[in-house]
Amino acid sequence: MGWHNKVLRVNLTAGTCTPEPLNAEWAQQYLGQRGLATKYLVEEVDPKVDPLAPENKIIFATGPLTGTAASTGGRYSVITKGALTGAIACSNSGGYFGAELKMAGWDMIICEGRAAKPVYLFIEDGRAELLPADGLWGKSVWEVDEIIHRTHQDPLIRISAIGRAGEEGVMYAGVVNDLHRAAGRSGVGTVMGSKNLKAIAVRGTAGVRVKDPARFMQAAAAAKEVLAGNAVTGQGLPKYGTQVLMNVINEVGALPTRNHRDVQFEGAGHISGEAMHEPRPSDGKPNLVTNQACFGCTIACGRISRIDQKHYTVVNRPEYWSASGGLEYEAAWALGAATGVDDLEALTYANFLCNEQGFDPISFGATVGAAMELYDMGVITDAETGGLRLVFGSAEVLTTLAELTGRGEGFGREIGLGSKRLCEKYGHPELSMSVNGQEFPAYDSRGIQGMGLTYATSNRGACHLRSYTVSSEILGIPEKTDPLASEGKAGLVKAFQDATAAVDSSGLCLFTTFAWTLGDIAPQLDAACEGEWSVDRLLETGERIWNMERQFNLAAGFTAKDDTLPKRLLTEPAKTGPAKGKVNELPKMLPEYYQLRGWDAEGVPTGETLSRLGL
Amino acid sequence: MLRSLHIEPRKCTGCLQCEMACSYENEGVFNPARSRIKVFNFHEEGRMVPYTCTQCAEAWCLHACPVEAIVVNHATGAKEVLDSRCVGCKVCTIACPFGTVNYQQATGKVIKCDLCGGDPACAKACPTQAITYVDADWTGYDRMRAWASRTDAQPAAGTPA
Repeated sequence: MGWHNKVLRVNLTAGTCTPEPLNAEWAQQYLGQRGLATKYLVEEVDPKVDPLAPENKIIFATGPLTGTAASTGGRYSVITKGALTGAIACSNSGGYFGAELKMAGWDMIICEGRAAKPVYLFIEDGRAELLPADGLWGKSVWEVDEIIHRTHQDPLIRISAIGRAGEEGVMYAGVVNDLHRAAGRSGVGTVMGSKNLKAIAVRGTAGVRVKDPARFMQAAAAAKEVLAGNAVTGQGLPKYGTQVLMNVINEVGALPTRNHRDVQFEGAGHISGEAMHEPRPSDGKPNLVTNQACFGCTIACGRISRIDQKHYTVVNRPEYWSASGGLEYEAAWALGAATGVDDLEALTYANFLCNEQGFDPISFGATVGAAMELYDMGVITDAETGGLRLVFGSAEVLTTLAELTGRGEGFGREIGLGSKRLCEKYGHPELSMSVNGQEFPAYDSRGIQGMGLTYATSNRGACHLRSYTVSSEILGIPEKTDPLASEGKAGLVKAFQDATAAVDSSGLCLFTTFAWTLGDIAPQLDAACEGEWSVDRLLETGERIWNMERQFNLAAGFTAKDDTLPKRLLTEPAKTGPAKGKVNELPKMLPEYYQLRGWDAEGVPTGETLSRLGL
Repeated sequence: MLRSLHIEPRKCTGCLQCEMACSYENEGVFNPARSRIKVFNFHEEGRMVPYTCTQCAEAWCLHACPVEAIVVNHATGAKEVLDSRCVGCKVCTIACPFGTVNYQQATGKVIKCDLCGGDPACAKACPTQAITYVDADWTGYDRMRAWASRTDAQPAAGTPA
């Protein structure tokens, strides 16, 4: 229960769709979604495989609570070896697609091989088939959504797809479902594109059952009360979305600006959550139309925005006048502060394009920021850019590059490489603000020390969603720690990493943990699916998942040398704000972290650690 | 006193908790495909709208049914389908002007909202009070009250704003 015990294996080379039983034993050890699908991947894929080779696999996985009435119980993850990083990749998304897959009677889809010609996977309850995608290839996510609904004459189908970015080999292409929810990071869409798999369309009517319905409904109701009564999940997130953070992070001097040259952005107020509520001078309407929930979510942090029709980006282009997915904090930061652009409408337009063509706004914006620095230094010139003047703060450059990158054209092809490959190509690898090829999100680790360790040790390259110590260091959840101190952060990072790996394997949204502890989550899982699920067991499962991911990366060729940060963050002090004069103190935190993890000095899990975790 | 489901689309976030609660209450399964209430997402406008049976006083479905399988529950005012009588002819689905009676392939019967016998699960599950269960004669109460609160907020004649 909680599970259908049914996995769909899709062999794209052979063109077959075959059901098989879920490995119930693994589900007890790895829970679901991130943990369970990663277990399948490490068992079936050589860690050294080229991410874009047919031998790589891409898994779409739900958790045991996906499709239940648990608040936020609609998540799914895309697991593969990442195109951008060459490391284990697991990108999580909301919307309605994950729940629909579960409603159709499937826990997971494993896609392997490569189709000879573009195809899409169509699932109607127990029936699954690969259909030709000739009419879809070359189309955007939004066009694909419209065409599939029309072709099958069914408005209730839910669709997850790649846009042109995933076809054109943009290294950070994402998988986008329900028009504007995305498994955005690490290039999971690039892998999907390499397999000639354009989309997965699902219609499900089978439904989802849980082990002990009465106990589950009680646990879920109690947990919903906690979310409603919490200031962050009950008020801040519904009103401002994650964008509630823009002004906060700027104030604490941890808003990376212009490729991390600065830690505060003078334009932050113009691109903040508050600004999205302000009526525009041009048309008197705010950028924000409404908030929206994903499946089952009682928080509803999603932003739905509308671009000013008179803005230069959309004049006489009514196709961009409709409401669609608006700016979340990470996207607003990357498209804005990282590039020095403070035009809210331009950022919204660039964000629309990221959804429309399926590419990650974090990596895109950060890569544009790196290119702007290289242009500022005279390393990239007009000759390379085709005359585009890549100056920091230019909204026109940002939106033009978003158009070009999404279509794989012109200088957009260079931006599509990601900052690591771009900066290496131009002889300045140190200017890529990334770890293991993946660009930083919106927190400068000089001003929030724990995030430096978070980034350096993240199993999927730089990422805030592997251990969001911002919660503790800035927001005081579950308890306040000093963001400028590195002492004690090793333990904090480990605790967040293990708990997060469990949440990501449950079918729930990580944002619940602003209010929930594992003590709120365990009773819901325990009532929904087989196994005695306690807080301790969830933490142990999270630690097991973390070490399994680490083992995959080590086998792929990563070493302790890769657990580091760009020179800038370790040697160039923050210029302003509360963190003025600080660098990130990673060397002080890392050895303690290895020790707490039960890893040797080379960052390799000891035999004792592995056997304790049953690995 | 009869109560009505009162829907305020402006408050709906599209979370579908109402659909889950409905299918669980009536079918014992989480399954929007078996829900008697449905949330429509007009995504181009950023509008989510829950919609279900309004329990017409002169119900088209009830009058159209050839086997008298749709009956009035006088305690709640709900028009309820009697599964033991329903023959799945679907005439009621044609008669209903609003589309809120629907056939179920799985059972060969029709389903519609029955107000859960007077304690509708959708209203209890809605996290934003977009769906409430209120005095049937006063579904306009909150809206009247909101406008009423503005009538004496205007500046009196002769005083500056």
